[in-house]
Formats: sequence, C-alpha cells, structure tokens
Amino acid sequence: MTINQSGWKPTTPVASASETGTVTGNRALMLEEALIFEIGDTETTGVDFYLPSRSREGLGEGLSSLLRTAPIGLPGLTEPETVRHYTRLSRQNYAIDLGLFPLGSCTMKHNPRLNEKMARLPGFADLHPLAPRETVQGALELINELAFWLIDLTGMHGVAMSPKAGAHGELCGLLCIRAALEARGDPREVVLVPESAHGTNPATAAFCGYRVENIPATSAGRVDLEALKARLGPDVAAVMITNPNTCGLFEPEMKAISDAVHAVGGFVYCDGANFNAIVGKVRPGDLGVDAMHINLHKTFSTPHGGGGPGSGPVVLSEALSPFAPLPYTARTADSVVHLVEEEQADAFSAEHFGGKVQSFGRMTAFHGQMGMFVRALAYILSHGADGLKQVAEDAVLNANYILRSLEDVLDAPFAHSGPCMHEALFSDKGFADGFSTLDLAKALIDEGYHPMTMYFPLVVHGAMLVEPTETESKAALDQFIMALRSVAERAKAGDPALKTAPVHAPRRRLDETLAARKPIVAWKEPVPAAAEAPTPSEVGDR
Amino acid sequence: MRYLPLSNADRSAMLDTIGVAHVDELFRDVPEEARLDGPIRDLPLHASEMEVERHLTALSRKNVPAADAPFFLGCGAYKHHVPASVDHLIQRGEFLTAYTPYQPEIAQGTLQVLFEFQSQVARLFGCEVANASMYDGSTACWEAIGMARRITRKPKTIISSGLHPHYVGVCNTMAKFTGDRLETSLPALTAETDIEALLGAIDDETSAVVVQYPDILGRVADLSGLAAAAQARGALLIAVVTEPVALGLLKSPGEMGADIVVGEGQSIGVGLNFGGPYVGLFACREKHIRQMPGRIAGETIDADGRRGFVLTLSTREQHIRREKATSNICTNSGLCALAFSIHMTLLGEKGLRQLAELNHARASQLAARLAAIPGVRLVNDLFFNEFTLELPVEARPAVHKMVEKGVLGGVSLGRLYPGADTLRNGLVVAVTETATDKDMDALVQALEEVTK
Repeated sequence: MTINQSGWKPTTPVASASETGTVTGNRALMLEEALIFEIGDTETTGVDFYLPSRSREGLGEGLSSLLRTAPIGLPGLTEPETVRHYTRLSRQNYAIDLGLFPLGSCTMKHNPRLNEKMARLPGFADLHPLAPRETVQGALELINELAFWLIDLTGMHGVAMSPKAGAHGELCGLLCIRAALEARGDPREVVLVPESAHGTNPATAAFCGYRVENIPATSAGRVDLEALKARLGPDVAAVMITNPNTCGLFEPEMKAISDAVHAVGGFVYCDGANFNAIVGKVRPGDLGVDAMHINLHKTFSTPHGGGGPGSGPVVLSEALSPFAPLPYTARTADSVVHLVEEEQADAFSAEHFGGKVQSFGRMTAFHGQMGMFVRALAYILSHGADGLKQVAEDAVLNANYILRSLEDVLDAPFAHSGPCMHEALFSDKGFADGFSTLDLAKALIDEGYHPMTMYFPLVVHGAMLVEPTETESKAALDQFIMALRSVAERAKAGDPALKTAPVHAPRRRLDETLAARKPIVAWKEPVPAAAEAPTPSEVGDR
Repeated sequence: MRYLPLSNADRSAMLDTIGVAHVDELFRDVPEEARLDGPIRDLPLHASEMEVERHLTALSRKNVPAADAPFFLGCGAYKHHVPASVDHLIQRGEFLTAYTPYQPEIAQGTLQVLFEFQSQVARLFGCEVANASMYDGSTACWEAIGMARRITRKPKTIISSGLHPHYVGVCNTMAKFTGDRLETSLPALTAETDIEALLGAIDDETSAVVVQYPDILGRVADLSGLAAAAQARGALLIAVVTEPVALGLLKSPGEMGADIVVGEGQSIGVGLNFGGPYVGLFACREKHIRQMPGRIAGETIDADGRRGFVLTLSTREQHIRREKATSNICTNSGLCALAFSIHMTLLGEKGLRQLAELNHARASQLAARLAAIPGVRLVNDLFFNEFTLELPVEARPAVHKMVEKGVLGGVSLGRLYPGADTLRNGLVVAVTETATDKDMDALVQALEEVTK
C-alpha cells in the first residue's frame, strides 16, 4: 500500500485483529481495500502524456482570472496500484458471472460476451453523436434494424429509441399519450395504476402532471377488472399495466382491459419490464397496448453494471407513433437511413409521412444508448426466431419449477391462481415469530446466493420474488432450491443463527439507519483533532 | 442455443415435477387468440457467434470512427484517450454483471466505487456532495431545474443562451408537461457570454438560473457575480459542465458560488458511443442533499463496527414515495460511473491538470492558425478546448465538403440551431489531446479550401 504523502488517514479503521484474526483485516482471498483518498495522493498519476511539438502560443491568456488557484484534492494512483485497487474491490461483489441472481422483476441473466465485443467495435464505440450523417450510415442502419425487430416482436407500429432506461421509457410513453390527447384537444387528468405496479409507474405519471389513482388487485393477484371499469371515464388519460405483472402472473383479461380503456378514449401503457417472459409467444400489440417500454438490458441482455446504464425504447401504436420524441430514424424509398433531428423534422414528415409526425420534442441530448442497441441486436440475431421463443418458454419453465418445488415449505400466495410466468412469488407467512424475509435473505448470502427481491410487490406481506431466468441449468436450480428450502425451514423453526447472518460475507449486516440519519456521502479529509482513528465503539456512537 | 442450458430431458423432468404435459400449458393465462404459433415472422433462426460477428462488423465498417480521421467535433461529446486499464477493469465480471447494490453485504465493491465516484465529482465541481450518477448530462440538467423548484418553490427558470440546445430541448419537453416556466434565447456570435442579460432577467419569481461552463460556443466567464445576484433574490445558480476536463485548469462552478452543478462525464473514461451510454454528474451543497435526485451511496458501519457502504436517503425514491417521489428515475449509470472513476484515479489531480493544460494548449495553437485563414473570424478569445469560428460561408455545407477531404472538421451551428440565420456561418471546433500536428495541418488546409 502506498504511503499517503499528503498525510491523509483513514476516517475509520478497516478492521482490527481481534475481529478477523489477522492484523491486516484480510481473510485469505478476501482482501480489505482502503479508499483511493487514503492510498493515493495529488502528485501521483497513472497516465503519461506526450509533449506537443509546438509551443503554446499567445491565446487564452485572458483566462488567468479563471484559473484554479486552490488544489482540487483528487487522489491519483499509478497503473499497477489502480488495477489492484479495483480488482480487489470487484471481489467484494456478487454478480451473475458468479452464480444465480434470482432478483424478481430485475431479470439477471447471462451476458453473452460476443455482445460486449461487438459494442466495442470502433465503428460503433468511436462515433460522435453529431458526426456528419454520411459517416455514420452503418450506425443508423443498425438502429433501424433493431427498431424493426422491436416493432415486429411486439406487434406495434413505431418505436422511440432514445429513452435511456426503463423509467425514462415510461416517461416517454406517457408523454406520447399526453401529446396525443392534447393534439385532439382532450386534455385529461387521471392515470390509473394498479397496486401491483412498479413504483416508477405512479412516480412517472405524477411527473407528467397527472393525478394518480390506484386500482386494487384481486385475491388472485390480478387487476380487478370490475373496479377498473367502474372508475373509467372521460377524465382518464391512461391506465398503466405491468404484464406479466409483478406478482409473476399474466393478466388474462388484458384485451378486455384495453378495450374498456379505449372505449372511454384513454390509452393503455404497458410496463414491458417483464417482456422476456412472453417474447415470441405473445405480441402486446395484439392485446391492445398503445405504448410499452422494453428494457433492452433485461429482455435482450445488457450487463447491469452495478446499476446501469440501461436502455428503454418505447414501442408505440399507430395512434401514438406520430408523437415519438426526436431524434428518430427512418428508412426512405432510396434505402438511405435518415436520422431525423429538429433540423429536418418538419420537411421529413411532410415528404415521407404526409406531415403527420408531430414529435413532442427531445428527451435526451443525443440518440439514446447506442452501446445497448448493438448488444440487443447481437442478442436477437444470436437467438433467432426459434431461440427467442425458447427464451420465454425456459424462463417460464424455470420459474414454475421453483414455485412447485418450494410451495410445500414456503407460502406461495398465488400458487392457486395457476402457473406463474417468469418469476415465482413467496411470502414469509409461517415463519417463527420475529423472523422475516430479511433474515432468510441474509442467510441465503451465507449459502453463496444473492437473495431474491424482498418486500416487493407491496400487495403481499413479506414478499419474496424469485426470478431464475432462462440461463440457469436444472442443476443450478436444484442446488438453489435445496439451499432455499433449508433456510426456509430454519426461518420457520426460528433458528437464532439466522438473525446474525450473514457471517461469511465481506461485511456483516450494515447499519442503514445510521447512514440515513447522519449521511456521509463524500470523503472528507479528517480534521487534525480527529486524526487518530476512532475505535469501532466510538464510530457506533456517531 | 448456446446461451440456454436446459436439455430436452431436463425440460421433460421439470414439466413432470410441475405436473403439466407441455410447456404451453404454462402459458394458459394468455388468451388463445393472442398466442403466436410457429416461429417469429421474418426473423431467421438462431445464428452462430461467427455469423453474428460478421453481420455487425460489416455494419460497423460503414462508419468512420473518430480515430480514423482528423477529428474536431465537440458540442457536448468529446474524444479523449482512455487508458487501456479502464476498459479492462470495467469488464471484470464482478463489476460488469452485478446488479444495483440492494444487498450491501455482498456489493461493497460497487458501493465503495460509488462513494469514491461521488467524492471525486463533488471535489471536481467544488460542491460538498454528489450523487451516484444520472442517465446523462441533459437529463441531469432537467433534474437540477426540478430540484431548484422544490427548494425555492418558485415557478420560473432562466436559461442561458449558451446552454447546449439539446439540453434546452430536453428541458422544454419536460416543462411543457410539468408547467415550469423556462426562458431562453439564441446565442449571439460574440465573445461575450450572456451574463449581463441573465443578471437583468432575475426577479422574485426566479427559481434558478442555468448557465453552461464552458458554454456551447466554448466561451468561459466568471460566474461568481451571477451566483451572488441569483442568491440575493432567492434563486439558485445551476451550472452545467459538458467538458469536465476543463475543470483541471479552470475554477470549478462550485468555487464561484453555484448551488447545483451538473454535467456530462463522458469525457472521462466513457468514450463517444454515438451518444450513449453516457454518465450524468450531479453535485450540490450539503444543505440540499435531501432534495437531490438519484441514487446515493453513504458510509456506515456493520454489525462488527467495520466501515462499509450502503445506498442511502432512499426515502425520496419512487419505490417508497411512489407518486410523491422526487424523481421517477430508478437507475444510475453505474458502469460508466465506474469507468469515470477509474480514469480519474489514473489521472489524479496532477494528471488531470496536465491533460487540461495539454487540451488548452492544443486548442490555442489551432485557433490561432484557423483565425489566420482569410475571412475566418475567431468568435471567442476566452475558451478551454473548444471555440467558435465565423466562416465566410455557411458552415453546414462546409462540414460536408471537409468530409469529402477526409476531415471531420467540427459541428456547424446550423445543425444545432436549425432556422437561426444569425448562426448559420458558425462552426464549433473542439481540440483535445488526441489531435496530432498532422491532424491540425489537415484541418487548416481543408478549411482554407472550403472557405475560398
């Protein structure tokens, strides 16, 4: 470890020998790692610069009053130190490359490495978003090709490619709906959102200026169609449905829901986060959906990268397509792919769409997530027509296998409702007093698994949502089932050891209340009085 | 089917366990009339790795990568050299294929990186706190306006004419639906920024003043007077940085008094990617931390008293507050934030300063040479690595003529501001450390020829 030349010291001790039995705090292959601010310094750099052959000339001297005078305080490390720092940190993460990652509603599947290789081709990765169009025809063609498959697979009419993530796509879809309603002089005020919806749905509707009203779920975990019909009226702009829903169930009355919404002049927004369960089996367009975002990173696999970036193109019905945000891509009769931006939007619309395109504007600075477009297209072509269908079937098969293999030991509130789709829902009903989903989840960590989604959906108390995805083998599922069964039995028996889990992870249970009550979200150089590292008990008293 | 591990024997055994005869019975809730039978229309059957690679490589070859030509485009996306170890490290599976750190005990790697990233961004921007990243600079800019509105409870936002027009577009789109009042105007081809005009526009209704630094024409100006004037009327100053490398040389907006500083982090570690994925940067004063959108990693201790990190302050978020959430965003640009943070760690303060000086020196040299071309005027004399030229001809066709000469010579203001006659001769040229002497010679020659 580098001696920190500026004299910065850790704010808190990494560990003490008494806790880990080692003087370093390391445990064999599990290595503790200090912050870059504690090991780097402002005079070290891991980059060598070439010296320009011509000297700097007289311009720019007027900048003097704007030049930095005080140091920024950015630590630097050499390349070997940098590689070691980040490699050590990486080993403190669970990842899909290490094992099953059964986060329901999040869809953690294998990430093909070909997709990574393709996204890094200089002909895609090294293109400027404002490059002259004649120099990026291949990129536009790729966007157009992907757009074609997204439309084809969903049975829709158009697609807005630029949204940056699923929630951004929701925003895009609702803005299209709002623009379409305003274009027909029919502003409406209310968006209906079922209880089982993702939390982003109501947040998005509120962001678009709508009043949000909840629609209850039936005891079978579906949208209550009668309650929905009773609420529909001329003030309802849209209904936001997640299908398959977050209880892991398909909404069998989806078409009836759509028809009822359309009958009162509203639109149907479908949260397509779970499209991977039905791709190649059902087209949302056939169910009357008007707008649906597709999480490319979930259905068509982009690595989640510790929380993003995602990509959320929105497929649109014929009624909504003209309102899609700029820029969009379109191929003309001469086979040239056009990227349509503000500058040509009106002329292009007049020439090729009879003037019907009335985009509501721009949602992001450039064209969207090109890197994800490349990965998604590689995924679609690799699977092909037979493979995509198999993806949905295997995802659903795997989830039902888990549901049926565990329903005798874990409460499965909707198991009686029929097969689940790509995720299985359990609850903590039957656990010993004082034992919760959290305890089971933390014990699973010690068994070498990332826990399932906890406490979601909100309609089930102590919910556990398990999504295995299609890239798990039967052997992997069997081992997971064995582990989950064992932990569930311990939770029902009230095994006190569960309360202290995890014990084998890089950290034991972390104090989230302390983090929120006294937030420390950036490193601060210790003040001299506190230069000596506090003991753990002092830290706990903060 | 190389990605699907189940064998047909596995599938049969699993169907037996479930108690159904055929997988289609698992789809029985799907209405019969909506089910697709047979393979997907038009889509070919599954392809080998080699076939897919050939198809995509062929598409990629129809493009001209920035590295393959003398290249001078900027305006919100910049070509910088990214050290090889950055991409190598972000491709480690434990970073690449991890999810959002919802289980902190087994996500300390990602969480510590985010904490370090936040610390780097806060320092770079001269603020006390930063979040764990946003989608990109333009969406971060809109979120900053929303945050200012929540803090000040005032309706009007004044936007500098120097803000990237696509950022203005994003804000206008959102404001149309949220009812915010935005005021902005076109930039003028002058060396002066619009600070005087902004000072005059601030009133008691003003929630925030949004200013870009350096601005869309590459101009830089002292923001401290503007910050003081805004704050005196109860408004906030939001500064937008699209080229963070500039802050290796120039004072940070936070140092000059900005309340919220947002930016695009693409320049550091991420690469051009034809516009995405990028990484939005978001920093502010500590007193506003609970109004800051997006994810935040925070320091805490575990049951043994050891330091650790968790996602924190999530009480503002959509999964808890639903329709009352401060934002609908539910993700960040984690992997891009990691790339930014690794590149920044490799640079360190010393490297960032050297990189910034190199960029500024290269730009200064080229600006002087281009300004010497007959009929070409250098609009701004104060700039970092990007400046605007007024050509004796329309810039948009000039850019395309330069492409024919093999030079990617800049961004025409005609492309960014369609229909604005006063800007049609404007060409924005960005010069980074990647421009060689030969590249610069090629641009000088090409611009001479196309402006004759």
